[in-house]
Parts: sequence; C-alpha cells; structure tokens
Amino acid sequence: MSSLPIPIPNIRIPRPVHPTGIWSWFTTIDHKRIGILYGITAFFLFLSGGVEATLMRLQLAGPELGIVSAAIYNQLFTMHGTTMIFLAIMPLSAAFFNYLIPLQIGARDVAFPRLNAFSYWTFLGGALMLKLSWIGGATDAGWFGYAPLTSIDQNPGKGIDFWIISLQILGIASLASAFNFIVTIINLRAPGMTWMRLPLFTWMTFITAILLVLAFPVITVALIELTFDRYFGFNFFNVANGGSVVLWQHLFWVFGHPEVYILILPAMGIVSEVLPVFSKKPLFGYATVVLAGAIIAFMGWMVWSHHMFTVGLGPVANTVFTITTMLIAVPTGIKMFNWIGTIWGGSIKLNTPMLFSLGFIAMFLIGGLSGVMHAVSAHDAQQQDTYFVPAHIHYVLFGGAIMAILSGIYYWFPKYSGKMYSEKEGKIHFWLMMIGQNVTFFPMHFVGLDGMPRRIYTYAEGMGWDLWNAVATAGVFILIAGFLVMINNLGRHWRNGPTAPSDPWDGRTLEWSISSPPPEHNFDEIPVVTALDDWWVTKQDSQNRAVPVSGGSGEETHDIHMPQASYWPFVVALGLFVGAYGVVFNDLIFPYLIAGIGLIITFIGVYSWSLEPVNDPE
Amino acid sequence: MATEVNNDTNHDDHEYTTTGLNHRKMLMWAFLGSDCMFFGALIATYLVYQGKSLVGPYPVDVFDIPVTSVSTFVLLMSSMSMVLAYAALTQNKISGFRIWMASTAIMGATFIGFQVYEFSSFSTFHVDIESCNEKIVKHGIFDEYEEELCANAKEDHVETHDGLQPQTNLFGTTFYTLTGFHGAHVTLGIIWILSLLFLSYKKGMITPERHLDVDLAALYWHFVDVVWIVIFTVIYLFGVFPFPGS
Amino acid sequence: MLNFNKFKQVIPLLFVLTISMVLAGCYPEHNQSTFDASGPVAERQLNVFWWILAGAAIVFVLVEAVLAYSIIKYRRKDESETPKQTHGNAKLEFVWTSLPALMLIIIAIPTINTLFYAADPPKHALEQHTLKAIGHQWWFEFRYPSPNESDKEIVTANEVYIPVGYPVSIELDSVDVIHSFWVPKLAGKVDMVPAEGNTMWFEADEPGVYYGQCAEYCGDSHANMRFRVVAVPENEFNDWLIYQSTPATESADPLALEGKEVFKTAGCSGCHALKTVVNKGSKGRIGPNLAHVASRRHLAAGVLTNSEDGGLVNDSYLQENLRNWIQDPNSIKPGNIMAAQGVVYTNPDRKLTEGEISALVGYLTTLK
Repeated sequence: MSSLPIPIPNIRIPRPVHPTGIWSWFTTIDHKRIGILYGITAFFLFLSGGVEATLMRLQLAGPELGIVSAAIYNQLFTMHGTTMIFLAIMPLSAAFFNYLIPLQIGARDVAFPRLNAFSYWTFLGGALMLKLSWIGGATDAGWFGYAPLTSIDQNPGKGIDFWIISLQILGIASLASAFNFIVTIINLRAPGMTWMRLPLFTWMTFITAILLVLAFPVITVALIELTFDRYFGFNFFNVANGGSVVLWQHLFWVFGHPEVYILILPAMGIVSEVLPVFSKKPLFGYATVVLAGAIIAFMGWMVWSHHMFTVGLGPVANTVFTITTMLIAVPTGIKMFNWIGTIWGGSIKLNTPMLFSLGFIAMFLIGGLSGVMHAVSAHDAQQQDTYFVPAHIHYVLFGGAIMAILSGIYYWFPKYSGKMYSEKEGKIHFWLMMIGQNVTFFPMHFVGLDGMPRRIYTYAEGMGWDLWNAVATAGVFILIAGFLVMINNLGRHWRNGPTAPSDPWDGRTLEWSISSPPPEHNFDEIPVVTALDDWWVTKQDSQNRAVPVSGGSGEETHDIHMPQASYWPFVVALGLFVGAYGVVFNDLIFPYLIAGIGLIITFIGVYSWSLEPVNDPE
Repeated sequence: MATEVNNDTNHDDHEYTTTGLNHRKMLMWAFLGSDCMFFGALIATYLVYQGKSLVGPYPVDVFDIPVTSVSTFVLLMSSMSMVLAYAALTQNKISGFRIWMASTAIMGATFIGFQVYEFSSFSTFHVDIESCNEKIVKHGIFDEYEEELCANAKEDHVETHDGLQPQTNLFGTTFYTLTGFHGAHVTLGIIWILSLLFLSYKKGMITPERHLDVDLAALYWHFVDVVWIVIFTVIYLFGVFPFPGS
Repeated sequence: MLNFNKFKQVIPLLFVLTISMVLAGCYPEHNQSTFDASGPVAERQLNVFWWILAGAAIVFVLVEAVLAYSIIKYRRKDESETPKQTHGNAKLEFVWTSLPALMLIIIAIPTINTLFYAADPPKHALEQHTLKAIGHQWWFEFRYPSPNESDKEIVTANEVYIPVGYPVSIELDSVDVIHSFWVPKLAGKVDMVPAEGNTMWFEADEPGVYYGQCAEYCGDSHANMRFRVVAVPENEFNDWLIYQSTPATESADPLALEGKEVFKTAGCSGCHALKTVVNKGSKGRIGPNLAHVASRRHLAAGVLTNSEDGGLVNDSYLQENLRNWIQDPNSIKPGNIMAAQGVVYTNPDRKLTEGEISALVGYLTTLK
C-alpha cells in the first residue's frame, strides 16, 4: 500500500468509559435515559408555556385591563404557541418514542444511539435559545409568523431571528430523531415481530416519523427564505418587488398541517395501548386503526389551505380544500369508534391512565366536531381568526394530545420509575383536568361566534364578552391545581413510592415482560414474537407460570454488546447551539465570527463521531 | 481515556437487522427523502415566481445553455467516476479507488468552479438594448425565439439591465437560493470524498469490508447529481426554450 | 343494572340539553355577534352553520352517550373475569365509516353553494356600489368612486356608509401587512392582503350601525383596529357621499383658526389629509383623512366613542377624546405610528403646549 509524504497522525478519539453521576447523563446514549431527559425537560417547558397562558388569561379576564402591555401580550401568545407545539407536545411524544420503541419491538436500543443523544441535546439547545429570547424582546409575530409582519421593516428586532433560528435547530433535532425511529422500527424488530404484530403506539410513531421527515424540510425552506429576506434583502416575500406574502402561508401550512398530525398521532397511539389493557380486550379493528392512521397521514398533505380559507384563494380553491378536509374527518372518526368498540363488552378498570384515555375520547370528540365546523368553509369565514379557533385547537391539543400524554405518563410510570404512584391523587388530577379544561376552553366557542377576534391583547367594554372571558380565566386555576397535584404525586412517589412489579397492569405488550425499570440491556434474551399482543398471548398460554416469561432466541447474556457512551453527540449539538447564536449575533467582533466558531466545533464533533466506532473492543 | 481508531470492529455486515438491509444505508435513504422535500420546496418557490419578476435581467438574458451544459456533463461524469471508485474498492484495488475518488472530487470542484463563474458573470451582466434587433445579434442561436419576442416590441425598444443580484428581482432571489444550496450540497460532498480519500492512506480505514462507508458517500453524490439534472431541466432548459405552442 | 332501553330514552333529553347549552352562548344583540345576520351573505353563511351544528349535536350526543353507557355497563366487577376477546367487526366498521362520510357529503353541498354565493355579488342585482377598503396599521381607509368625476375617488376613514338593500362590492388592499375586513353581522371576513386584489361583497337588509374589526393579527395595536359600517336608505347614502366629497364648512371661530395653523406647524397635515377627493388609485397618506372627523361616531379606529350610545356625536365626548388622543396616543393605541413618527412626539423641543392642544381640539371639532 502506498503512502502519502505527509504522515497522518494516529487519531486518538476521546471516549468516556463507564461514566457515573452527572457526567453519565451528558454522555449517555441509552434510549431510556434519553427518554427521561426528554420527558423532564419537556414537562418544564410545558409549565413555562402554561405560565405564558396564565398571564394571557389574566389580561383577558376583563375588558381593557392593564395587567400586561400590548407588546408583552403579543410576545406571550407567540411564545405560548411556539412553546406548546415545539417544546412541549413534540418532545413529550419524543420521550415516549425514546423510552418505549425499543422495548415494544424487542430491541436493546435504537438503531443509532449516538444520533439519539444528539437529537436530545440539539433539542435542548433550540429550546433554550427560544426561551432565552424573552430577554431583550421575544418574537411577537404569532407562532405562524405571517409575512410581511416578520419582515425586517416591520420587525427589526432580534426576537424574530431567535424564533427562526431556534426553530431550525429544533428541526434538526426532530429530523435526526425521525430518521432514527424509521430505521429502528423497520430494522430492529425482534424475530417474528411482523408489521401487523407491531404495538399500535409503535405504528403511530413510525407514521409520525415519516411525516416529520417529509414536512420539516418545507418549513426549513420557508424559514431560510425569510432569513434571506431579513438579512440580505432578498425578495421572497417582498411585495414591492413582485413577491407574494401568500407564498409564506402556503409553505408554512404545507408543513403546518402535517405538523398537527405529528402532534396527535402519537397521542392516539398511547390511547390505543391504554384502552385495551384496562378493558382486558384487544384493540377493536387493529388493522383498521393502523390503516386509518396511515390514511390520515397521507391525506394530511392535501388539506393545508383550510388554514387559508379567508386569504382570498377564491371559491374554487376553497371548495377543493373543503372537500379534502371533510374527507379527513372520516378516518379520524373511524378511530374514535374503534376505541369505543374496544371498551364495549370489556372489563373496564377506571384507574388513572384509563380515565385520561377515556377523557381523551370525550374531549377530542368535541375538538373534532368543531374542526368539522371549520371545514364548512362558508361559515369558517365567520369563525376564522376568532376565539372559535383556539377553542377547537385546545380541545384537540389539550383535551386530545395532553390528556393522552398524561394517560401515558401514568400508564408507564411504573415502568420508567420503578415505583407506583398514588391512584387517589391521580384521580383527583384527572377530575381537575376535566373540569378545568371545559371551564377554560368551552366558553371560547361562545365568544368566538360572538365576534371576538383572536390575538387581541384587550377588548372594549360593552361588547358582551366579559362574562365568558372571566369564566375562561377562572378555569385556568383549576388546571393549575391539577398540575400541582400531579407534580406532588409523581415527584414524591418517584423517590419513595412502593416498588413496582414488572407487569402491574397485566399488560399486553413486550415492555411489561421485563423488570421495572428495565436493565440497561432491556431483554436478557431477545424475544421471539408469535402474535399481536405477544406478551398477553404468552401469559395466556403459560397461565400457571409465576415468573414473567419471554421467548428465548438463544442469545447468551454475556454476549450482549451495548453501545457505549460518547461525547460527540453533545459536542455537535453544542457546535450547532454556538453557531445558531452566531447567526443571530452575526456582527459581534467580526462578521459571522461566532457562527464560524460554531461551525468548526460542529465539524470537529462530526469527524470525531464518524471515526469513533460504535463499540470499543474490550 | 481515548480509544484508538481501529479497523477491527466493523459491524456493518454482521449486525442483526430485521430486513437484512444495513441500518446506515436506510438512514441515508431516509435523509435523502427529506432532502428531496427540501429541494422540492425551493424548486416550487422558483416555479411559483417564474415569469413574475417586475424587472430584468430575465433567464433568457443571462442563461448560457452551452456553458451550463458543459458543467452538467462534468457533474454527470463525476457520478460515473464515483461508481468506478466504489467498484475498485470492492475489488480491493486501493490505488484505483484513490484515483477515481480524486477525479470525482476534481470534477465536483470543476462544477463548483463553473457555478462561481456563472454567478459572477450574472451579477455583472450589463446590457443596453437600443433596439430589438441588437438583442437578436447578441443571442445568436435563439434567433427564432427572439424574433417572436421582438414581433410585439415597440420600435426603439430600450432596456438596460445592470447585473442580476439576489436582491434585483424574483428570478435572482429564487435562482441564487436554489442553485446556491445545491452548490453547498456539492461542496459538502467534495469534503466528504476528500476525507475518504485521505483516510484511505491510513492503514485499514478504507477496505473492501468497509465498503459501506464509500457506498453511502456515493449514494449522496448521485442524489446531488440527480437534483442538478432536475434543476438544469426545469430552470435552465424550460426557462429559455419555450414550450411548443406557447 | 343498567338497562339499555331506559338509557335510550335519555338521549333526546341529552340532545335538548346540548342544544340549549350551545345556544346559551348565542347573543344576537351583541355588537359583533355572528348570530344576528343582517344581510344576505351573513344569513346564508349562518344557515350553513345551523345545519352543521345540528349534525354535530347529534353526533356529540350519540357518541358521548355510547361512551358513557359502555363505561358504566362494562365496569369491571371481578378481577378474574376475562371478557370475550373480540378483534373487530367488518360490518360495523363499514357502517361507521359510510355514515359520517354521507353526513359530510350532505353538508358539503350547501357549503360549496354558499362559498360561490359569497364570492361575487349576484348578477341580477339592479345596481351595485363599489367600495375600496385599504388596511393600514391600525386603521381603515375607505374610498368610493366619485359620482361626478370618473377618475377620482372620495376618501374617508374608519366609518363608512352603505345604502340599505343594495349589494356593495368591496375591493380589499393593504399598504403594509395583512389585515382582515370583518363586519360579522353582514358577512364573513376576507383578508386584506397587499397586492393580492381580494374582493368580497355584502348587503345590509336594514338601516343600522354595524360593528367591524380587523381579524388578522397585524402588529402592536391589532386589538385596536375597529370600524363602523353605517347602513342608511339610498337617498341618505347619496347625500352622505356628496357631503363627504366636499370639505367641512370653514369656521371663523378664533380658536379654530388658531388650531388650523397649529395643524400645519405641528406637522399634522403631513400625514392627515383634509382633501376629500383624490385621484383614482393614488397612494393614501399614513394617517386617516380628517376632513369630517368630527362627525364620526368613534375615534382612533373605533376605539374611543364620541357619543352616548354609539349614536350621533356628542361634542363634549368628542373634545375629550380628541384631547386624550393628541396628548398621549400611546396610552390609547400602543405602538401607533403617529407617536412613533410625529415630530411633536419624537422631539421634546417640539412638544405640544396645552394651548396648542386646545386650539387643535377646537379646530378639529369644527370639521363636521
């Protein structure tokens, strides 16, 4: 073999070996730990979004109040929306993907453990950047950032730039995660785990990941175009030079509508797991529910302009999108009926996870019906941009996604914490949620149709909106009480609760066949799957066995190779974080100096990562 | 504690996969799917704004199809060179591998060179058209098309264009953004290829057993090439040659 | 033991309860209620809503009832019981797929018809008026074609008259960001998008003052961007149009004359035109036209009320509002452009004195 005149040095790639304590969390690549990191981080961010909402509701509790200024209010609703969608619901779903998918498919970890860690740290960087933008003035152009309100003329401050760049960083995190789960679910299923034996939550995760991969690049492009307009005077949304501001809306909503399915499909997956377990019956029409999810994901690409019914696209375009939007209600309805079919004739245990999933059905129904009202585009001309829309949104996202996520938090609590929570307190939380959300969000239907626009920091006396706004604000405190009960319950019991058995619920899927919490390697032996709801079937077949059973594939325990911790995912994420700040503060010391430093850190991280083998030979 | 970069633990062909396909290959395909949507959105933006610029220069003014055809050809050939590099590696012909990788990188760099030339000539494009006839003289090979354009022009038609910048009009904005991002993708690919080339001088880094590392780079490179074919057809060719009957 | 037949009897009651609960939020007497449709477009749009509301109420009651029933009836009684492991039922799934689809097809037809109805004024209409509504941050500019000169337009702001019983075609535009033109009692909204040329139409069945509000987030004072549409019989409308096309009668009052001077020296006339007729399609000024400001029921785009009950102007209210607005515009309309760009606000040396403000108020009050 020939050699170059320049000697290439032996590259020694630093690698942590059996790290402990805090350092072990920075370098972990274990999907379970990453899931917990996502969950805790996202929960705090959810609370921050709740603070933003509370301030908004206090301001609107009565007409012409001065609790916050117009400028602050406009930042509040923008940050609340952006936080709840990108920093709360999506990463809470990601927490579940991370913790559960390998367990549900019988794998030891995801396909790319370091990429998984990278997703989390990158997400954290993006989240910090967005929340820190409150200092100095956060973005105030709405979470949807319509042009030309986001133009440099209209909005010269850095708030918009922070919003743009942090969304790009969050997009990278989401994409990396989506790639990982697509490969994991296709390629790391245990032997015998065919597609139609996948747990429903895994199916929904897979469909969501595909949506992410296809939808995020579109908003990436939209944000790049906006950045170039703002920084370099390009003409993408410059009406004076022939640009169209409606183009932004098209690009945004082509992403934005699949995004709402990204928000709800994992939640639907959770509900589809919980209902069968606590009805002691399989999911009614498993294949149909899977197919409905896939159809929703597919059709979700054809409805985007229902967010633009009043933009002036014309009656023909509006007709097309009316029809496609109405059609998408059908598979959504199918899932609702299949869930009811699941509990019908079952043996229903009304514990906390089950109550939350049942509450999901009751509340999501209302949100779905108001959604169909929006689809009736002729009347949507009255509903659009009024409080009728937040009413719909919060029924599907709070009454829907959040209720389902809470169901999952309680359902899998024994598995990830190894402890049992207090049922009584869980039920109190549930009822506070049910009452609180209806008191807060139902009146919004009323004031919306009564002519109250949205995104207004105050409203005049004498419009007749006072009563229901006051009621809605009161509801917020019921919700706050509920969350305090939850934090107290889960916080105390995670530390000191009674030890949880491996299968406290008599579950149906593989994660219940191993200890709570599972060992680092998940399964002592990779199971061989023979049926849908394999763990349930195994238990029925071997009913007299006291000890949990898993099918053996013959793999010896001491041969288990677990991927090792690594610094590089954190380093690359750090490089992106520094680079992101460098893009926003691009004229500090030297143009784009900090961005350049970030880029160099990123490159070093990427190189080291690619040269580092998956495992050290020991 | 550091770990030495080594060549012993290559899991690629031995790790368990449900489908028998390699994880990293699947990852690359998933990534390319997202990159399709990325370029798709940029191309869609270009098409939405096609013909809507309020001022010139317009595509027909600045595009030089013969020159761009050459750079397109060079990029296409670089894909072929990449295939040959991979083939050489699988047959354990490391020197062949290095030659073809180097030539791929050189051809990629040549393509970028053409792009740089194109961008700079567009941005300094300057023309004063006193009359329509002068336009015909300037763009010789498009005589028929220009005649059609001029048929409706007034006498003593005067036009001055002073450089196509991204800020000039919608064409500049969308064209530079789209082709700029493509060029960035090519550049990253060149860096990747050069990295593999340099690594091949380190014992055991690039071997037939580790062919996947090169396979992934090749896949990426071909994708970037296919995107260029789409751009060349939709933006350059369709931008200059009118559709029959239009 | 839950009896299904008894349970079924509850359903009509639940339906009535649901409808009542929903209608509890229905206040046609409120200023911007969509339930008080006062024109053909709003009426058609509301009709479609009644249909979907009925359908939604039926679905809601049925599904929630079945949900509640199954939770109660199938509650676990014995830990050891294992219910029948039903996997599905294709027939049932077919029914609950096709029924909703059918309901949606049914509602789609009047929806689409109404979309087309609301898009353009009816062709059979004998006469139609064309109004231009141009959005500004944060006020509405209105222009009518001049009845006398074909290449001129009559311009006013924030309060516009329309003739009762005639379709009014509206051309929408914006000079800055996207706004939305919404008079709930007359029609659903259409956005005012710069350079898109959106149009809509409406018609008022009866005379009245109809409340409008911007319905697309447009920046700091989006909440404060409101307007009024006053529907009057056709002859009154024609009179109004002629009146709007001529400047207000000059007053000889010394305070007013002093105020007229201040209006120029303070730089007001740079943004606020007093000319009532402009060239067709000409670019508007930054601030609202003030030629007849003293006859408007509201100031600052629907924010300050110049009258007791939204009716005709009460001069003392008008004066107080003018004074407050001129003194501290930001306290009324955060972020407004007058305070951001007007020299008497940005330059402390040029700040208006009490006397100047009084003179201005005295002058503006004469612009009836």
